Amino acid sequence: MSHDISDNSPQAHGASHGSEVAEHGNPFADPGLPAHLPRRTDIDERAAKRAERQVSLLFIVSMLATIGFIASYVIFPIDKIVYIFPLGHVSALNFALGMTLGVALFCIGAGAVHWARTLMSDHEIPAERHPIEADDEVRADVIEQFKTGAAESGFGRRKLLRNTLIGSMALVPLSGVVLLRDLGPLPEQKLLHTGWDKATPQNPIALINMNTNRPMKAEDIVQGSLTFAKPEGLEEDAPDFQQQIAKDALMLVRIAPGDLKDQQSAELGFDGILAYSKICTHVGCPISLYEQQTHHALCPCHQSTFDLADGARVIFGPAGHPLPQLKITTDEQGFLVATGDFDEPVGPSYWERPR
Amino acid sequence: MSTTSGTSTGATTPSSTRAKPASKWEAAADWTDGRLGIYSLAKANLRKIFPDHWSFMLGEICLYTFIIIILTGVYLTLFFKPSMAETVYTGSYVPLDGIRMSEAYASTMNISFEVRGGLLIRQIHHWAAIVFVAAMLVHMMRVFFTGAFRKPREINWLFGAGLLFLGMFDGFMGYSLPDDLLSGTGIRFMEGAILAVPIVGTYLEMFLYGGEFPGQDIVPRFFTIHVLLIPGIMLGLLVAHLILVFYHKHTQFAGPGRKEENVVGMPLMPVYMAKAGGFFFLVFGVIAAVSAIATVNPIWSYGPYRPDQVSTDAQPDWYMGFSEGLIRVMPGWEISVWGGHTLNLGVFIPLMVFPLVLAVIWLYPFLEAWVTGDKREHHIADRPRNAPVRTAFGAAWISLYLVLLIGGGNDLIATHLHLSINSITYFVRVSFFLLPVIVFIITKRWCLGLQRRDKEKVLHGRESGVIKRLPHGEFVEVHADLSQADKFTLTAHEQPQPIELPAEVDENGVARKVGRLAKARAKLSEGFFGDSGQIAKPTAEEHAEITSGHGHH
Repeated sequence: MSHDISDNSPQAHGASHGSEVAEHGNPFADPGLPAHLPRRTDIDERAAKRAERQVSLLFIVSMLATIGFIASYVIFPIDKIVYIFPLGHVSALNFALGMTLGVALFCIGAGAVHWARTLMSDHEIPAERHPIEADDEVRADVIEQFKTGAAESGFGRRKLLRNTLIGSMALVPLSGVVLLRDLGPLPEQKLLHTGWDKATPQNPIALINMNTNRPMKAEDIVQGSLTFAKPEGLEEDAPDFQQQIAKDALMLVRIAPGDLKDQQSAELGFDGILAYSKICTHVGCPISLYEQQTHHALCPCHQSTFDLADGARVIFGPAGHPLPQLKITTDEQGFLVATGDFDEPVGPSYWERPR
Repeated sequence: MSTTSGTSTGATTPSSTRAKPASKWEAAADWTDGRLGIYSLAKANLRKIFPDHWSFMLGEICLYTFIIIILTGVYLTLFFKPSMAETVYTGSYVPLDGIRMSEAYASTMNISFEVRGGLLIRQIHHWAAIVFVAAMLVHMMRVFFTGAFRKPREINWLFGAGLLFLGMFDGFMGYSLPDDLLSGTGIRFMEGAILAVPIVGTYLEMFLYGGEFPGQDIVPRFFTIHVLLIPGIMLGLLVAHLILVFYHKHTQFAGPGRKEENVVGMPLMPVYMAKAGGFFFLVFGVIAAVSAIATVNPIWSYGPYRPDQVSTDAQPDWYMGFSEGLIRVMPGWEISVWGGHTLNLGVFIPLMVFPLVLAVIWLYPFLEAWVTGDKREHHIADRPRNAPVRTAFGAAWISLYLVLLIGGGNDLIATHLHLSINSITYFVRVSFFLLPVIVFIITKRWCLGLQRRDKEKVLHGRESGVIKRLPHGEFVEVHADLSQADKFTLTAHEQPQPIELPAEVDENGVARKVGRLAKARAKLSEGFFGDSGQIAKPTAEEHAEITSGHGHH
């Protein structure tokens, strides 16, 4: 495509409008920059004055809003709640500060943009681009300089020097890597056990109801309910409570004997009461939704669904294996107790997890 | 260096050869120039030309929200305590009175309920972060669909990609800091994801959390990463990004007088200073007003984090939604490898697909450059319709992103629209593979349709809406010829031709070896620029034939 008529200067192209260009030569040739059309504010001084007043008004509103911000900060108590339609009940201070700050900032912006659009020149100006690449002469010069520098350093010629430098530079970051070692302990067997592993048949650990903080009897667990429990001795004010509860949390359900589909799971329970880990085997969210008709437990984070009547088999969602189950029984007084740890690690699976 | 000429070097030697400054302002400028060399810098930039188009503001929104985030973030650090030490709440928010919580959560409550204006700054910080990532994504789409990533801007495209990636993670870490029930759930998810990494997963988890989840270390560590490490890298990338924008000069759309060799627009001083500077205040003002009327992340209603508690409708901030979708719709899948080791593919695959989803769109420019073999600089932005394959690819990518967002919010969609969560999940699983293909085909055909329409407009003029009755009774619609400027604009784009493989046998009749890569490239090139990839734009001959009477209404 030829660009013979593509002069950019506004004067040159001013006349060359429309189809004259098309008659001779290329019908799609570049007509060049269009002529500048004056705005009202360019030719009418009264319009310009009006624009000036509008811009100034915006700046004045901004100033008033800033004063309003400071006044709001002083006047409104932080706990005052007001009703503002359609927002509802909101903090008066937060609303007043936010709106005044918003107006103060917005009006500066609106004023500046209005100023630029009405009163500053809107002549379009072409500027030349230059290729990003250097020309051949510069390129040759730089390569020559680099070669000279490289030769003077002897980096390529003195191999011993070069290799030892590379070796030392490669080794020195290792110190930094070594320093990261104490970021945390090694995994060892930590993920393998929970707080229930202190329980033995001789010294069982009672299941403590999360809500009442008391041990439970079998008859406390009614059919259709979901009860959360923790091991006896784990108190909320313990320094490692958060770590412990992240593994020990239990959920108890009672399922009618006729509904139990998995014999092995039923044997781990007591009289239809089953104790499963509350921590999802997908990525560790606590499972908290229970559908009593179907015995399905649903994790609210990623919707893994487990059939608690069938050994907590995964029936939907991203979890990869069933919820671990804790073997429970009752002690002499009839309280629900555990006599050992889960038979597999709780929570998300990991590389070393036995399978 | 002084020369040994005989001129006297007495006390009267003037300090500078420059003419006496006309005003105090000039004197101050001279003083600064003598030390910083500002005149040479200003000569190149003070009247630098910026082309005008609404879509060029998208990048500005990113820059301004970044500044807002830094300003408000510094304020928040004055009050926030990045500590997981336990405390009992005694503040003015009655529902949590006497509840155990971490210092991090308690100090965020303090910012929200005791520090005057603290809540507003927290809200501005969070809203600005939400807008920041959204603006980066939309800005990236603008650059993608207009082909503004082509030479010489490929490296700047990657800088931008880095900023988006870091911005997403810094946002995630930011909303994890208050240690509320929602953010703790996000950190717990991260633990599960890290554990799924083969071989080193448990080690990474122990080193990151300083022991077993949740430990005491994750909030202070995230704090340092969130306020120092990532913003520091981002600031460096941002400066590099802007320097390159200045150095390359901005792209512009085709139009009369706009060529590859020039840039047409208005000067930095005063028009762009006023417009861009003003736009900063507009963005800041709008975000401040939004923060006054719309609550984001009300941590007081979530409560402090407990590993055995969770709320329903747990959602990450929107920009993490597509990764949430990946993790939700992936079916559970654990396999046993190497004698008893567990490979948790159900979590590990989404973890690996997550960066891949982003990498696909970031690497596309290099695929296109390889297919076209184009080594020239490009400064004229393409209209999306004139690059149908690229546009279709981008649209397909967006559809993938959106369908994953749906997957990430499947519980909300299920409860709000009364749909089965299982059906939504199955829909997303199928759509993940199918939808991008459908969208690709539709978008490409759509672009070709628009190209045909452009061609018709150039050759036949636009429909004027005027109906004329001819003497013999026929009704015709008068078509108005396009202006020269419009004709030029609609035909200014380049149409590359597909590359051709060399003949199978050379001139001596010997079979030529053509590599598989070369064949793939030729095939892709045919798809991009062959008959099915673009509509040949009108030629001067076609135009002459139509305008010379026949068919000219």
